[in-house]
Amino acid sequence: MSGEEFVPLSLTPLLIGTFAAIACALPGNFLVLRKQALIGDAISHVVLPGIVVAFLLTGAISTWPMMLGAAGAAVVAVVMIEAIRRLGQIEPGAAMGVVFTTMFAGGVLLLEQTDTSTVHLDVEHALYGNLESLIWLDAAGWSSLLDVQALAGLPPELPRIALTMVGVILFTWLFWRPLKISTFDEGFARTIGIRTGVLGMALVITAAIAAVAAFDAVGSIIVIAMFICPPAAARMMTNRLETQIVWSVLFATISAISGYVLAGYGPLWLGGADAVSAAGMIATISGLLLALTAVLGPCRTRSGAPSQV
Amino acid sequence: MLELATVQGVSIEGQDIDRCPLAIRGLTVSYGQKPAVFSVDMTVQPGAMTAIIGPNGAGKSTLLKAALGIVSPLSGQVTVFGQPLEDQRARIAYVPQRASVDWDFPTRVIDVVLMGLSRQLGLLGRVRARHMARAMDCLNRVGMREFADRQIGQLSGGQQQRVFLARALAQDADLYLLDEPFAGVDAATEKAIIAVLKSLKEAGKTVVVVHHDLATVVDYFDHVFLINTRKVAEGSVEQAFTAETLQAAYGGRLATAQIDQILRALG
Repeated sequence: MSGEEFVPLSLTPLLIGTFAAIACALPGNFLVLRKQALIGDAISHVVLPGIVVAFLLTGAISTWPMMLGAAGAAVVAVVMIEAIRRLGQIEPGAAMGVVFTTMFAGGVLLLEQTDTSTVHLDVEHALYGNLESLIWLDAAGWSSLLDVQALAGLPPELPRIALTMVGVILFTWLFWRPLKISTFDEGFARTIGIRTGVLGMALVITAAIAAVAAFDAVGSIIVIAMFICPPAAARMMTNRLETQIVWSVLFATISAISGYVLAGYGPLWLGGADAVSAAGMIATISGLLLALTAVLGPCRTRSGAPSQV
Repeated sequence: MLELATVQGVSIEGQDIDRCPLAIRGLTVSYGQKPAVFSVDMTVQPGAMTAIIGPNGAGKSTLLKAALGIVSPLSGQVTVFGQPLEDQRARIAYVPQRASVDWDFPTRVIDVVLMGLSRQLGLLGRVRARHMARAMDCLNRVGMREFADRQIGQLSGGQQQRVFLARALAQDADLYLLDEPFAGVDAATEKAIIAVLKSLKEAGKTVVVVHHDLATVVDYFDHVFLINTRKVAEGSVEQAFTAETLQAAYGGRLATAQIDQILRALG
């Protein structure tokens, strides 16, 4: 494929898909180890009331207020999950289940009560981004990457998700040590002065922001898959968290790129006529990678409960 | 309501509080309706080895966790070397119950020990050769040097407990608090751990251990603290570890024959 075709049509979706995958996979490593991996699923539901409220307040369908509404709802949900978990002394999965079903149901009611006949409030608009549509029509080829005028025509999702990814990387890098210690041994972490409650909250809020930014760009299916599959697959490859992080980023990238390419060209190679959903294919590839590592990964056998020797 | 038998142990009130490694006053902790620890005072003797003993569910671990700020008490005051806990964190090392963590966590033995140096390392400090040497030295003291590169899930229970102790040693604290370090470990590990704890005591450190094996109290410890939600007794083993205090702490749960046996060991 020539640059004239690749750059306008495929470069930006590939980059956006990859950035979104990495932004979700990084916090996913900790969420999986903390048994909070379902938070991605929870957030994909709780953003609904946030989007509806944003629409009610602004009366318009525009990206920024809706993203802020979604992010606000995600943060409210995260705080509620944490509060229910701590005050109710119940496991995180149950707390998430209670919060996300309630908030999603509330969003549905709110949507129903709202007069949306004049404006078509398309929730899918915000929830299920379409990767294939994020093309860069102003580009004429590789040289456009240096062309200020062409760069101005980049899809706005690209800088947003890139910025989010950079933020997630910074958070992970800066708080690496306390995150690792408090994920492994929360009690010990507190005795050395790590504020584990605040840190745990910061982690899920970071994940929530990554999720909302990724929903906007690529849709919720990738988000839910990327929080879990690359980190879980990476765990099968190594017994060190440092190495696991590297593997998870690699798996996320492989899923995004090969998923996009396969979705676009796979059906043609098989003699079909139409491309399939890139988001669906990316999530499927990440699931296949997980299955592959579960069968072949060098560190898939666990010792289970420590033997009493 | 709880049946509470209070036997006045030897009080160490009025002692110079600045020298006291850990002083607890009026500590009450509750997880629900019932208090787990009720209005407990504790004064830990410097340079001694103290056992916290009491029946299951008596609040032993909770007392330790509240003293360390891991659980929030309803009321009470904790001072460490005469200062608020938060100012003295660097002088405390804590060994949690082995079962409280997931040993499947992707990390190696040496990485766990290095966690004990995280206050020195700070957020972004690099692990340098001297940190590595210190961690290896601590592993050596618990006889685990050759396991440094093992994934922690591949260790036996006793080996895991020794790794936890090595992490506490790396902290180079003045006050060591251990929660059931002898639970479910092999005899060799128990011997190794007690040797390390005794060497800490000889170096002038203070050691407090939540302990469940009454038969070894006399051999291992100088002081005891008996608890059954409320404080039952506190003092030297000779003064506070008696048939009367044991009966008060354990009630019917400890047969008279068992107590006799323990006390015979006392001589």
